[in-house]
Amino acid sequence: MKMAMRLTAILVSIFIATSVYASDKSPVPHLDIGKGGQCVEEDHALMRKTHMNLLKHQRDETMRKGIRGQKYSLAECVECHASQKTNSVLGSNEAFCQGCHAYAAVKLDCFECHANKRKVTAEVSK
Amino acid sequence: MSEVNMEAKPNLDRRDFLTKSSIGLAGLAIAPGMMLFDLAHGRAQNEAASNKVRWGMLIDNNKCETGCNDCVTACNTENGLSGGTKPTDSQWIRKVQLKDTFTGRVSSLPMMCQHCENPPCVDVCPTQASFKRADGIVLVDKHICIGCRYCVMACPYQARSFVHEAITDQKTEVPRGKGTVESCTLCVHRIDKGETTACAAACTKAGHNAILFGDLNDPASEISKRIRAVTSTQIRADLGLNTGVRYEGI
Repeated sequence: MKMAMRLTAILVSIFIATSVYASDKSPVPHLDIGKGGQCVEEDHALMRKTHMNLLKHQRDETMRKGIRGQKYSLAECVECHASQKTNSVLGSNEAFCQGCHAYAAVKLDCFECHANKRKVTAEVSK
Repeated sequence: MSEVNMEAKPNLDRRDFLTKSSIGLAGLAIAPGMMLFDLAHGRAQNEAASNKVRWGMLIDNNKCETGCNDCVTACNTENGLSGGTKPTDSQWIRKVQLKDTFTGRVSSLPMMCQHCENPPCVDVCPTQASFKRADGIVLVDKHICIGCRYCVMACPYQARSFVHEAITDQKTEVPRGKGTVESCTLCVHRIDKGETTACAAACTKAGHNAILFGDLNDPASEISKRIRAVTSTQIRADLGLNTGVRYEGI
């Protein structure tokens, strides 16, 4: 009986250890998606892959021609995805933008110039 | 969003469409040159800026109060500038004091990007980051600005600043960052919403009404009427830049 219990304990601990090991092998970023909700594109995989192109096209239209209020906007990304706690898309590896960019090892330049905080609350807090 | 789906109206042929739409347009025009809605100011958000409009300002030196700094403060608040006046701090607008040594008259005026029709900063920019928008607003595209500062040297009004250090807590509508050149944007984000500039609004609020903002191309606008009626000057008019900011009483 004692032997059987010991064996079970060993088996259980091996199972836990291997499952932890498996998740370590393929880590995924755990993101705080902020308010979330309906994204501008239904297809999340498409957004993950092409958000930078969508934004880049839109930025030139806005900057050069003054076309505003279009579908794709960095300010709107921040509006929905800034963390409810920190009000920002940066700041930790759970933050929406920084978390994924750190995971993918891609430099994130947008917020060297652009506001990383949600607009309304940021102004109220000042 | 506002795309017209022509296939939904298969019976509307070209002739029919033209007749109907011309009737519609005739209804909107009250008299020649007068429309029910203002074309220049009522630009839809998703519409590109048009060269039918040229934004400008008229600054009345007689009304501008010496010692008042409200326009500068308003600009700093609106655009998230520090308000510092060190050589490395960005200044988009500054008050300049003038003294006539003969008469002893002391006056002051706000000085900022003059939004030239032929801007030297645009001429010299090696990456075309410095550009003039269709409605006459001179801007810097910071995405492609390499921070060479040729424009800073080319500007006769010393209107441009270079961002020397990393910035945090920018305004959502006014992105600013290290390594790029910046200057007065004529509050482009406000103009696109149909509002006036922050400095003009602050001056009006302070009761001085020294800054008049408007469309120089619209003969019916207040600014056009005023520059038609009184003598106004361009600073360094000899350079032939045709500035969008004009001064009265200097």
